Amino acid sequence: MTVSTLLKTAPKAGFENPVLEAQAVFRALMNAQAKPGTLQSLADIKLSPPAPLNKAATAIILCLCDYDTPIWLDDKLANSPEVASYIRFHCNAPITQHRHEAAFAFISEPEKLATLEGFAIGTGEYPDRSTTVVLCQKSLNHAQSVQLQGPGIQTSQSFAPSCVPAFFWRQIQENHQFYPLGIDVLFAADEQIAALPRSTKVIIEEQ
Amino acid sequence: MSTSPKNTQSFNEHYNFAYLDEQTKRMIRRAILKGIAIPGYQVPFASREMPMPYGWGTGGVQLTAAVIGDKDILKVIDQGSDDTTNAVALRDFFKQTTGVSTTTSTKEATLIQTRHRIPEAPLNGDQVLIYQVPIPEPLRFLEPRETETRKMHALEEYGLMHVKLYEDIAHFGHISTTYAYPVMVNSRYVMDPSPIPKFDNPKMHQMPALQLFGAGREKRIYAIPPYTDVVSLDFEDHPFTPQEFSEPCALCAAENVYLDEVILDDKGSRMFVCSDSDYCEGRRAQGHKGHMAADPVHSNELSEA
Ligand SMILES: [Zn+2]
Repeated sequence: MTVSTLLKTAPKAGFENPVLEAQAVFRALMNAQAKPGTLQSLADIKLSPPAPLNKAATAIILCLCDYDTPIWLDDKLANSPEVASYIRFHCNAPITQHRHEAAFAFISEPEKLATLEGFAIGTGEYPDRSTTVVLCQKSLNHAQSVQLQGPGIQTSQSFAPSCVPAFFWRQIQENHQFYPLGIDVLFAADEQIAALPRSTKVIIEEQ
Repeated sequence: MSTSPKNTQSFNEHYNFAYLDEQTKRMIRRAILKGIAIPGYQVPFASREMPMPYGWGTGGVQLTAAVIGDKDILKVIDQGSDDTTNAVALRDFFKQTTGVSTTTSTKEATLIQTRHRIPEAPLNGDQVLIYQVPIPEPLRFLEPRETETRKMHALEEYGLMHVKLYEDIAHFGHISTTYAYPVMVNSRYVMDPSPIPKFDNPKMHQMPALQLFGAGREKRIYAIPPYTDVVSLDFEDHPFTPQEFSEPCALCAAENVYLDEVILDDKGSRMFVCSDSDYCEGRRAQGHKGHMAADPVHSNELSEA
């Protein structure tokens, strides 16, 4: 056995500069959350994501996850030994099978998701004890868009993620009805991220 | 290191960037994201010991440490001034532990950490305003038990708060609270805006900049996203009114700004000047002159006499 064969099975590297790159990813996430539906760039971040995660979703894991944040994975990610060993090695976050236990949920194939139900929405006293759902995206410049209104948005913001399941907008509107309880959603395209916090009202445009 | 801080000379390499360890930053960053998603709600966080007393704004310091990056330009103000002991010490703390550029100019700053004031110059959407908060719970003086105040927020039971304000009106004919005047955020949570003068309250409403609040001793983080409704509590027949000043700034003649009273001698002479020192200096540099501003010719005559 040689070093190079050993390294072939080792988890892929994390950030080149963990301190400053985690900060840069966080600022993109903070801006995304503060300005729902706007696209925040991660172009300056260099990463080799473990398949089938994309770069932005991997950056979110490295930036926010650790032993305090149980992670729920969709089938495709849960079946990837590469993803499991990457999460174990870089942030030591527990993987959970139970949606309501998850601080973060990572979904690589949003179209195949059966429902958004079951994730933690917090309690009246602690609405922050909720799941942040991360949906991997091919692009955030899809032809079909919705309009967003609410905190962080001066008038109205159009938003066009490429990969959402058919029930998604209806369930997101229901999620907003529970406010201040609810899930928050992050959209992770390769080089861009966007956010849809529970405070945002979604208006579906007539086709 | 692929990126190096700008000012490497004063950057103290013995500490992690911005002093806090990465695990603590992650925990604070997660709390900030929740706070932004639930405007005005107080997110609990595991506040760390900082190398300064609580009264110095350790909550604000921890927020700044979790947010700041090597490209930021930091401004720190205390009661509107960049030059108080507290402001100078905190600015030096971040200079030492990050090497970032600092400024006293509100316009130039990307991050502004503040105690007790909102700058007079309007902030923009690329700026973040970080408040130091001593007591984050606006209902605390009505109900000392945390479990009860949590319940009151959960059920939007804010009647007691209105009773307290109404008792003020019954006693004094007006609401006597002038600092930390409670606000309603996004029509949902009653929030303590920190001990800013109520003069500053209207600036929070629909502000283009993100506002973050940190209470170190009380271990709470809360936020107001840009363009969010922030309404000072009041009554239809006793509407909220910010402080008004009868005279302009004695040094720069600014009106509609918050003024501090400065005692000039032991005979009781005094003047009113801008509390926001950067704003006042900026106006004087543009040639605005108040009635007490030093007149170069006049002061020469005095020194010769
Ligand atoms: Zn002035």
